[in-house]
Amino acid sequence: HPALPTSSLPPHPTMGESDYSFSLTTFSPSGKLVQIEYALNAVAAGATSLGIKAKNGIVLATEKRISSTLIDESTLHKISLITSNIGMVYSGMGPDSRVLVRKARKAAQAYYRIYKELMPVSQLVREVASVMQEFTQSGGVRPFGVSLLVCGLDDEGPHLYQVDPSGSYFAWKASAIGKNMVNAKTFLEKRYTEGMELEDAIHTAILTLKEGFEGQVTERNIEVGLVGEDRVFRALTPAEIKDYLGEVE
Amino acid sequence: SHPPSRPSSRTARSPPMSILEYNGGCVLAMAGKNCVAIAGDTRLGIQNTTIACDANRIFKMEDRLFLGLTGLMSDITTLENTFKFKLNLYRMKEGRSVKPETFSALVSSTLYEKRFGPYFAEPVIAGLDKDNKPFLCSMDLLGCVAETTTFAVSGTCADSLFGTCETFYRPDLEPDQLFETISQSLLAALDRDCLSGWGAVVHVITPEGVTTKYLKARMD
Repeated sequence: HPALPTSSLPPHPTMGESDYSFSLTTFSPSGKLVQIEYALNAVAAGATSLGIKAKNGIVLATEKRISSTLIDESTLHKISLITSNIGMVYSGMGPDSRVLVRKARKAAQAYYRIYKELMPVSQLVREVASVMQEFTQSGGVRPFGVSLLVCGLDDEGPHLYQVDPSGSYFAWKASAIGKNMVNAKTFLEKRYTEGMELEDAIHTAILTLKEGFEGQVTERNIEVGLVGEDRVFRALTPAEIKDYLGEVE
Repeated sequence: SHPPSRPSSRTARSPPMSILEYNGGCVLAMAGKNCVAIAGDTRLGIQNTTIACDANRIFKMEDRLFLGLTGLMSDITTLENTFKFKLNLYRMKEGRSVKPETFSALVSSTLYEKRFGPYFAEPVIAGLDKDNKPFLCSMDLLGCVAETTTFAVSGTCADSLFGTCETFYRPDLEPDQLFETISQSLLAALDRDCLSGWGAVVHVITPEGVTTKYLKARMD
């Protein structure tokens, strides 16, 4: 058979568009969108992530759940930079999070292109949340299997937001998502103080992760990211994490 | 062989008028001490015929931020509406009013979007930032920003306006002095331009508020 010339085939739908014109996420009689509930289950099965807002910055931390010692964990980055002053971590499906990271980065750059001003954190969160909501209503797609913790420091001060698969977002002083979120949030409720310093927040974040950790916490199986008053978000190097681990012992 | 001869009774033709000169008009902005002023003429013409003397080409975007536009009146009106639209959405989304330099970036990118079929309008932006420091800039029709600390001009008599401003401007003028200076700079240039004039308006923006005055000038 001679191969069909590709130009005579109909164009393949891109992500977010589908040949389906009907949504796969529909209401149950009780008024729930079951697909979103299931997406939240996927998040709850994911490795724990948490964020703490200090008076002069925000810290994000996450468990790097590695299934085998053969995995090169140094190549796995759950904490992502979105712009110079905004960072993000997820719990849930890694591949889904990468799509949202890409969309968030593009949204922030597009904003800068128009206004020559860094996108405010709350505006970026709204954009990302709006994308996540679209995937609960558009034809032929499924919700994202991640919850995100977005942090950043802008003219209004430090911000920490959680975004869920439904597209709802919440501003937090401290929060946790993923497998151990209930215990972690209880721990954070006790340990959080108003006006705490970023350094204290980093120690508290690491301690919170340790609480629910199966096995020994090392600088290679957790990730920590932070943004301070310098408004530069960065992920800590394993060496820096090792120092902090030494401090919390 | 020789080129075909033109009929000698043919009179010399002037080159066609630039589309930016079709309606005529000019705008000028100047900075003082914690204040800015923006002024312009109010003539609307169709080439050499004057059809209105109450045309407004300076618009309030925020309490302390004004946008003046010269060029084709049709595009001036369109851009006024476009920026009102964009700022309304901005204010609702961001929950704050726009800063002068941010607005200037927005105007620039809006104009450059039409790089290969531009709006025939050249803006002047004047405002006070949150610390009451003056912000001034002008742009060409493609959105090239020229930010200044002294004065910004645009219009059919822009070259003359540069001259009068350069002559009359002094730094750190108080609002009353700024009003005098900007008015004289405007009138001196405007009166030498047949496409500008037929009325003039001056807005003086201070931390306390905005005063708008119409100048009594030659109506020709």
